[in-house]
Amino acid sequence: MPTLSESRSRLLVSEAGIPVSNWETADSTQEAVSLAKNLGFPVVVKLCGDEIAHKTERGLVRLNLNTEEAVQEAADELLSSVTADDGEVTLLVSEQVRGNRELIVGLVRDEQFGPCVMLGIGGILAEAVADVAFRLAPLSRSEASDLIDDLSMQSLLGPFRGEPAVDREALLNVLCVLGDLGSDQEILSVDLNPLIVTNGVPIAVDALVETIEG
Amino acid sequence: MTRDLLPMFEPKGIIIAGVSSHPGKFGFVVLHNILSCGYNGNVFAVGRESGMLLDQPVLSSIDEVPHGSADLLIVCTPVQANEELIRSAAELGVKAVFMVTGGYSEAGEEGAEAEKRIVELSNELDLVVAGPNGQGIVSTPKNLCAQIVAPYPPKGRISVASQSGNFVSAFQNYANQYGVGISRAVSAGNAADTSIADYLEWFADDEETDVALCYVEGLKNGREFFERIKDVTKRMPVIMVKGGATSGGQRAAASHTGSLASDGRIFNGMARQAGITHARNIESAFETAATFVTQPLPSGGDTLVLTTAGGWGVITADAITSHRDLNLVQLPEDLMDSINEMLPPRWSRNNPVDLAGGETRDTIPDLLEVSASHPSIDAIIQLGLGIQGNTASLTKSGPFYPEHGLERIVDFHERQERRYAEASVEASTKHKTPVLVASELATADPSNPMVAAIRESGRLCYASADRAVESLGHLVRYRHWLDIQE
Repeated sequence: MPTLSESRSRLLVSEAGIPVSNWETADSTQEAVSLAKNLGFPVVVKLCGDEIAHKTERGLVRLNLNTEEAVQEAADELLSSVTADDGEVTLLVSEQVRGNRELIVGLVRDEQFGPCVMLGIGGILAEAVADVAFRLAPLSRSEASDLIDDLSMQSLLGPFRGEPAVDREALLNVLCVLGDLGSDQEILSVDLNPLIVTNGVPIAVDALVETIEG
Repeated sequence: MTRDLLPMFEPKGIIIAGVSSHPGKFGFVVLHNILSCGYNGNVFAVGRESGMLLDQPVLSSIDEVPHGSADLLIVCTPVQANEELIRSAAELGVKAVFMVTGGYSEAGEEGAEAEKRIVELSNELDLVVAGPNGQGIVSTPKNLCAQIVAPYPPKGRISVASQSGNFVSAFQNYANQYGVGISRAVSAGNAADTSIADYLEWFADDEETDVALCYVEGLKNGREFFERIKDVTKRMPVIMVKGGATSGGQRAAASHTGSLASDGRIFNGMARQAGITHARNIESAFETAATFVTQPLPSGGDTLVLTTAGGWGVITADAITSHRDLNLVQLPEDLMDSINEMLPPRWSRNNPVDLAGGETRDTIPDLLEVSASHPSIDAIIQLGLGIQGNTASLTKSGPFYPEHGLERIVDFHERQERRYAEASVEASTKHKTPVLVASELATADPSNPMVAAIRESGRLCYASADRAVESLGHLVRYRHWLDIQE
C-alpha cells in the first residue's frame, strides 16, 4: 500500500488536531541549515519522501544536531544516501523534542473489526515490551479513557523522573482524533511512533500514513 | 432485531426426523433424551423403520404429523434429504429447526453450498435454523434435553451458546459439579443461520436467563458482532471464552501498529470495549458466570479479606493487590473500632482481618454483619472456614467416636460450620455485598458441612482464594463498564 511522506503524514495528523513537533522541509543542505537556525538547536534531520517508510532501519534519521556544521554534515550524508528507488525526496528538519517517556499510537484497519486505535508504551523496547491495547474506532471520551487504563505500565503515565504526569486530556484528544480519522476511507493506517511526552504533553515526532490510493 | 427463538427453546411440540432403533445413533439418542428428561409437549418420531421406538410410534413421513402440533424440528437425516424435509416442516407450522446433521460447511465445498441453501431456505420460510453440525438444545424451564450428548444440567439462570458442542457439555458438567444451574443451552454448530449474537440478544430478553455464557471461535463479521453485543451487555452480563488466534500476522509491514495487532489484542480490546466479560479459560468462565448469578454486583473494587488462617490471608491480599480492578481496602477507623470490641487485641488490626484464633462462638457472624454493611467495603473474601468441620470429620472416623464427649464436640463443630456459611450468605444478601468463601475443601471434601451449606444456599464455595479473586475481579470490571456507559 502506498505511504505518504513523513511531511505529508505530519500535515494530515496535525491538521486533524494532533500535536506534532515543529518541522519544515528543505530541498538542499543550505536550506536545511537555515531552517535549523530558525527552529533553534538542537534539531533532527531526516530524509523524507513518499517511498521512504522505514527511516530508522536505513539510518535516515539524524538526532541531536546542535550546530550548523552538524546539520550541514548530516544533510549532505542523507542526500548522498538517496537511491534511485527513493523517488522524490526532501530533507525534513524538525525541532528536537525532549522527554524521558515515549508512547506509540496508531490507527489500523482490521479485517474483522474495521478501524482500530492502538495505544502503547513506546521507545526502543516498545515491540519487545508490547504493552499495547486496542479499541474499535471511533472512540468516545470514556472509551479512550478506558484504553489508557488498559495499559499495564500505569506508573509511566504518572509523575516520572521529575516530569509531570502525562496530560490525560491531551492524550484523550490524540486518541479520539485518531479514531475519527478511521472514518476517512482513504486512510489505511496511521503510525505515530513515537510521541514524546514533554512537560506531560505527548507530541508526535514521527508520522507515517498509509493510504488506499497514492 | 432480536430473532424469535421461543419456538426453539419452548416448543409446544417437537418432530425428530431420522430416528433410529440403534441406541448408538444420534437419531436414537436425541429421542431418548427428550423422552427421558421430562419434556411434556408433543413428540413425533419420524424414521425409515416402522413400528414402536421407546414406546413411541415411528412415523414414516413428516407429512403424518398433524398440522400445528409441533414448532421445532430436529434434523438427524442426511444432507441430501434436508431441504425437502425443512420445507415440509414449515408447511406443518414448524418455526424452528435444529440441525444435528454434519457434512455441511465443515466438510468442504459441496457441504458449504448445501449450507448456503439451508440459510436461503430459512430466510424464505421465515424460520430460525440452528446448526448444522450441532449437538443440540437444552431448556430446563421446559425440561427439554434435545441433545445427542450428556449431561442434562440442573435448573438455573445461566444460558449457554457455544460454537463448540463439547463446551456446552463442559459447562453443563460444571453446572452439575457446582450445583449452579443452566436455563437454556445451545450448541450453535456451524452457526449458519443463527449466530452467537442472535442467541445472546434473545437471552438478554429472556425472563429465564440472568447471565449468558458463550464460546466463540470465528466471527463472520466482527464489527457487527461488536455493535450488537455492546447492546446486550448493557442488559445482561456476557461471559465469553474465545478460541483461535487472529490473522494479525498478515498485515501491511509498513505499520508498527499492524505488527503489534497480533495475538488477539484487537479482540481483547473489542471485548473490553463492548463490556464482555472475557474469561481466560472454560473453567474460569463457568465460575465467573456462576458468580454473576449468585452474588450481588459490587459497587466497586474495595475488597476486605476475612480470615481465620494467616497464610491464606496473606496470599489473598497479594492476589487482590496485583489485580488491576481490585483494591485491598484500608480498614476504616469505625470498622476497626467495631472489630476491636469483638476480638482480643492480638487480631491483625489490618486488612486482611486475621482473627488469629481470637474468635468466640458468635464472632464470625457478627464480623460479617459489620463488614458487609459498611459503606466503604464493596466486597469480602472469606477464608479459613471449614477447619472445624474438617476436624469433626477426622474425629468421627476415629475409633474413639462417639465416646469421650466426641459426639457432642463433633455436633458443635458441624453446627458452627453451617452457621458460618449461612451467616456469610445472609450478610451478603442483606447488604448486597458479595461475600466469596474460598476453601480447598470445596473440592477436597464437598461433604464438609461448610461447603455443603454454601452449596445448599445456591452459591459457590471457591476451590481457592485466587479463583474467588478472579471471579470477583470480573464482577468489578463489569460494574465499572456499566458505570462508564453514556
